[in-house]
Order: sequence, then C-alpha cells, then structure tokens
Amino acid sequence: MVYGVILFPSIYFALRAEKKSKEKGLSVRLIPVPRHLSSDCGVCLRIPWEEREVIRSLLKEEKVKMEGIHLLE
Amino acid sequence: MIYFDNAATSWPKPPEVKEAMVRFMDEIGANPGRSGHLLSIEAARIIYEAREALSTLFNVKDPSRIVFTLNATESINLALKGMLRPGDHIVTSSMEHNSVMRPLRHLEKKGIALSVVPCFQDGTLDPKELEKQVQPATKMIILNHASNVTGTLLPIREVGRIARERHLLFLVDAAQTAGAYPIDVEKDGVDLLAFTGHKSLYGPQGTGGLVIGENVNIQDLTPLKHGGTGSRSEFEEQPDFLPDRFESGTPNAVGIAGLLAGARFVLKQGVESIRRHESQLIEKLIEGFKDIPQITLYGPEETKDRIATLSFNIQNLSPSEVASLLEEEFGILCRPGLHCAPSAHKTIGTFPKGTVRFSLSTFTSDGEVKQSIEAVRHLLHQKD
Ligand SMILES: Cc1ncc(COP(=O)(O)O)c(C=O)c1O
Repeated sequence: MVYGVILFPSIYFALRAEKKSKEKGLSVRLIPVPRHLSSDCGVCLRIPWEEREVIRSLLKEEKVKMEGIHLLE
Repeated sequence: MIYFDNAATSWPKPPEVKEAMVRFMDEIGANPGRSGHLLSIEAARIIYEAREALSTLFNVKDPSRIVFTLNATESINLALKGMLRPGDHIVTSSMEHNSVMRPLRHLEKKGIALSVVPCFQDGTLDPKELEKQVQPATKMIILNHASNVTGTLLPIREVGRIARERHLLFLVDAAQTAGAYPIDVEKDGVDLLAFTGHKSLYGPQGTGGLVIGENVNIQDLTPLKHGGTGSRSEFEEQPDFLPDRFESGTPNAVGIAGLLAGARFVLKQGVESIRRHESQLIEKLIEGFKDIPQITLYGPEETKDRIATLSFNIQNLSPSEVASLLEEEFGILCRPGLHCAPSAHKTIGTFPKGTVRFSLSTFTSDGEVKQSIEAVRHLLHQKD
C-alpha cells in the first residue's frame, strides 16, 4: 500500500482530520511526523495515497487547515 | 444538608466528572498536543472532544471557534478588551454581574463610551429601550442571559435580532444559563458567547470558554495572553488561527476532562429536561413562599421568564442573619448579600442590603424544596 501524510498547523486540526476521516470509513492513522518533514504539531495523518483527493475535499469541508500532503517514502 | 448555592458553583457533580478527572490523572496526564507522543495526543483528544461536545450544546458549526479559558470572567475580559477600541460605544443592561460591569468601567476610562439600559424592577428588559441607546459609534451589545441575582431571563433572541439588523456584535454572558437553558448561537444571533464550566455545565472550577462566531473577524480580536501554543514554534509571532490564537500556555487539561464529562452529562439528560425539572422546583418554591406575608420575593413570578435562582428577603432580618440561621439550624447552604452585582440590586431596590439567594440544580429534589419552605416557616415562628 502506498501511503501519504497530511501535515497540520496544530493538533486540533490533526485530531479533527482523524475523526472526520474515520467517520467516513477511511483508514487513516495519526503518526509522528516523519523526520524529513517538519511540522511543529508533532503528529500527522497517514492516509492511503489514492484517497488523498477525497480526504482533501472532506477536510476542506470540515474546516480543517492543512499544511500540505506528502507522499510517504 | 441542602445545597442551594448552585448559582455560585454547582454541587454535587455527576460522578462521571470526578471519574474523568481521575482517569486523566492516572492514565493520561501529559501536556496536550505539545509533544506528539501517545499521552500528549490523548490529552489533546480530550480537549478536542470537549470542544465538540460544547459545539453540539450551543449549535456551533465549527468547534475551533470555541476557545477555552479559566471561567466566564476571563472570556468576557477577552471579548471586551480584545474587541473594543477608544471611540467605540457599547450598550449593556443594569442587571449585569461585576464580571461585565468592572471591565466596562475600566474600559470607560480608556475612552470607550458606555450606555447602561435600565431594567424593570423584576429584572426584565424591554428590547425597544435597549435599541434606543444604539448610536452610530455603537460596536457591541453585551447582556447576561440570566441574572445571577433574580434568575430573570433577558430576551437575547430579540436583542440578537436587533444586533444583526444594526450590524453590531452581540456578546452574551451565559454563566448562569449554559447547560440549564437552551442556547443556540445561530437562532439567538449571538456573536460571542461567554460560558463557565463550574455551574450548570457541572464541570470543575477553572474551566470556561468563549464561542467566537463567524461574524467576528479574529484578526480584530486581540488575545489577552500571548505565548506558547505547541504550534508554529519556529515563529516568534502569535498564531493567527483558531483556537491557538487565544489559547497560549498549558491549559487546565484535567479540568477540561471534567468539563467534557459534565457537558456529556448535560447532553445526555437534555437541556430541555433539565430545564423542565428545575422550573417545576422553582415554581414550588415560589408557591411555598408566596403565602408567607413576611417574605418579599424578587424577580419575575412566572417560571417561563426565569431560571431556578430565587432572591428573597425576610422582614426585619438581614440577608446574612437569614443565611446563618438557615445553615446553623436547618443545614441549608445559600448565599446572602450582593452576589457581585451591585447594579442589579439597585435595579430591584435591594442595594446595599442585598438578598438571600436560593439557587437549585438538576440534582435538587422535591423533598429539599419542601424542607426549605418548612425551614423558613420555622425560622419565622422562632422570631415571632
Ligand atoms: C451572571 C454571571 N456572569 C459571570 C459570572 C462569572 O463567572 P466565573 O466566576 O465563573 O468567571 C457569574 C458567576 O459568578 C455570573 O453569575
């Protein structure tokens, strides 16, 4: 499975993103921010890469601020 | 013992409030969201869930628009000092608590003009009288939702409509009503809602918050505090997004864990059903007191116009005499005096003597109300 991660400006958004994605049955997980990326909030959301557009629009609708989506190598 | 001082702080609390706080201390304990490890995330999750539960309670669509504070006083200070600038005008009522009046009197000295709309002797407010005070420089209206002295409900929905029509911000002090009377920030037209956790939300002391509506431009609202938020740590400037902009410093996370349990308790019971129970009890109390000629009751007679807080006086006795006799002889704990609201007492004609205040909660029983009426009757007999 190819994964991506979404970074957030603060933990509030990371938690909201996790909750709203799980409510839609998407298999996401909060993980520590990979070392090569940097985000101060400490955690990011690991997502199935192929779902990134679905999740991006869902989170926009739920007023979740994002700081970028990255492919997880 | 009968505890009739719920308007000051509710007690007892639902058992799940203490359990949530113990669980937080035993199993979570960490600094919320600062560190990215398991316990830090769990602590942040508690706070997230509390924001969501309160959003449901007040009908706030975006939970990030609720920021946590220590209490209603801090929320009111944030809203007033953060929003008002010299030259602005603000309208309030004569029934306000000092948590509103004192910041306003302070701001008056800094060049903010203030109009205080007189209320009727039962504490009720005519929205038309309030509207007359609106001027071109008016920026905000601030009202308490219910008086902590008389229990009188103020017509926030009507005033909310006036505020919308006149493009004014509407700040509501819901210290006495959050959890005890339905609040819908959209239907009520509330832009800023200040609430406290330790009264009818059944949380612990040291918890509260401010709802910041969509009409409020958060860049116009100056934070009371600046500092660390666990976000944007590479910058020395305060974050400009919610909720972090207004939440500097480590929060009272264990308290918020208790507040979450309290808010969930309220949601489970239903505000309407809590309201129904309390209304029935306050009606019985008023009925019981009405027949006693030596008692003067304050506030509206009809329960639909009030919450379950009742002020009264007994002929020839000072409020503090009544309160200490009730405590010593009947184990009834209540509050005598001015209740931090001198302006409200001037309005109802009880300044500077004050009143005796009985304030009930969802845990008050029918038996306790009956016992307290009996106690007051006994007390009068003894004094005869
Ligand atoms: C009407 C009203 N406003 C504000 C407050 C202040 O609440 P807190 O002491 O929790 O800040 C109170 C309670 O004391 C109150 O009754």
